Amino acid sequence: MESSFLNRFKFLNEMGDIARFTGRFFKEIVKPRQEVEEFFRQCYWIGYKSLPLVAITAFIMGLVLTIQSRPTLVEFGAQSLLPAMVAVSLVREISPVITALICAGKVGSGMGAELGSMRVTEQIDAMDVSGTNPFRYLVVTRVLAATLMLPVLSNLSNAIALFGGYIGVNLRGQVSWSLYWTQVFDSLSFGDVMPSLIKTFFFGFAIGIIGCYKGYNTQHGTEGVGRSANSAVVVASLLVFIIDLIAVQISDLLNLT
Amino acid sequence: MSKMEAPVIEVENLSKSFGTNRVLKNFSMKVPAGKNLVILGKSGSGKSVLIKCIISLMTPDDGLIKIFGEDVSTYDSDALDKLRARIGFLFQSNALYDSMTVRDNLEFPLRRHWNKEQRAKSAKQAVLEVLEDVGLAHTIDMMPSELSGGMRKRIALARTLILQPQIILYDEPTTGLDPITGREISHLILQVQKKYNATSIIISHDMNCINITSNSVIMLIDGMRYAQDTFAALQHYDDPKIHEFFLTT
Repeated sequence: MESSFLNRFKFLNEMGDIARFTGRFFKEIVKPRQEVEEFFRQCYWIGYKSLPLVAITAFIMGLVLTIQSRPTLVEFGAQSLLPAMVAVSLVREISPVITALICAGKVGSGMGAELGSMRVTEQIDAMDVSGTNPFRYLVVTRVLAATLMLPVLSNLSNAIALFGGYIGVNLRGQVSWSLYWTQVFDSLSFGDVMPSLIKTFFFGFAIGIIGCYKGYNTQHGTEGVGRSANSAVVVASLLVFIIDLIAVQISDLLNLT
Repeated sequence: MSKMEAPVIEVENLSKSFGTNRVLKNFSMKVPAGKNLVILGKSGSGKSVLIKCIISLMTPDDGLIKIFGEDVSTYDSDALDKLRARIGFLFQSNALYDSMTVRDNLEFPLRRHWNKEQRAKSAKQAVLEVLEDVGLAHTIDMMPSELSGGMRKRIALARTLILQPQIILYDEPTTGLDPITGREISHLILQVQKKYNATSIIISHDMNCINITSNSVIMLIDGMRYAQDTFAALQHYDDPKIHEFFLTT
């Protein structure tokens, strides 16, 4: 009776568990004896190892957006606005969101699978028994690294996507390197860059927390590992969009748009 | 009982349930210093749950666990870490860290319990010593995935020994191994007990292992301590519930 009642509210239960897990993260992060070495190792894995995928995607994104936008602007005789339009679109919205989605797929699923397999093979228990706090060693380091590396990746993605835009502009026209970048920087304001940068911290945090939560609480053997990796990607991607929606509303309220 | 004879591990009326499934029912036992106590029972009878409660990986619903004469339920996380440094735990699945070499696996428990200078000075020697104890010094730079099942078990045992624990808990140490390797591991458990003068609880249903390693055997049936005696004596019990364990030996 009680369990069927709880099953009906499984979603709310899980929300509560995620909130508790997040609360534990903030409790553990202020305690002494943090795992600094492991944190830097995670920064390397999440930041450096994701860079090639983010870079290729960003370049294609910038190039394709420019090519696709040109005909419409030409129709209105606003071809000269192409660099500015591409820059604003990429920096404000497309680049941070696509970078976050790529990381949700690569990093979130990696965390879900790695911690999940550690859970089912008792490696997390072994850590506990050896006197190392597994939450601090595995979760705090990964969530922090994801939170700090996503803005870095997003900024690099901006730069590479804008370079892709430069190539796209010059496929059917001729815009000099300096003119292109002058137009790009003239079109961008504080209200374009800062909200976009701030929201990437939240994207990184959400990806880290969900990936770790799903992996750390894996049950039911190897089948559970696959399920954890999968749901880490799904929930983290959904959260990226929800955070993006909230960030846009806040920017709008603060007249930053 | 005089202080000299005080048990190292004392469990009183321990109960643990998972949902409606009551796994342990008022289980009690005492383990004297330097002895190997085997817990024998069918799969799913609560043997692993018992030792996980002893090392505080699980919280019992009811009952008392005393280790070195102190109630572990009163310990905070720091006190628990200190206690765990004196207890080794050999996991059924070995639980070696896949992403680390054998050396890193063995050095891992030292990070919390040894300071930086101690680690720089003595870690290498300590790792080599325990690897020699288990006869696998040549595997020091190998990854766990490169090792056979028996080698993994030995490395897991080496990791358990690196802090020179006074108590060692073995969760089915020979499960999944061939009979020859299983026998080697059983003899290794005996050697370890002699060298480190450790008190051990061995969870097993491998009769060869129990025969080799046990000083005393507890039969865990239906979550309760059904009988306790030496392996040789239990073989002659007429009780069918006990007798069926010995039919295949």
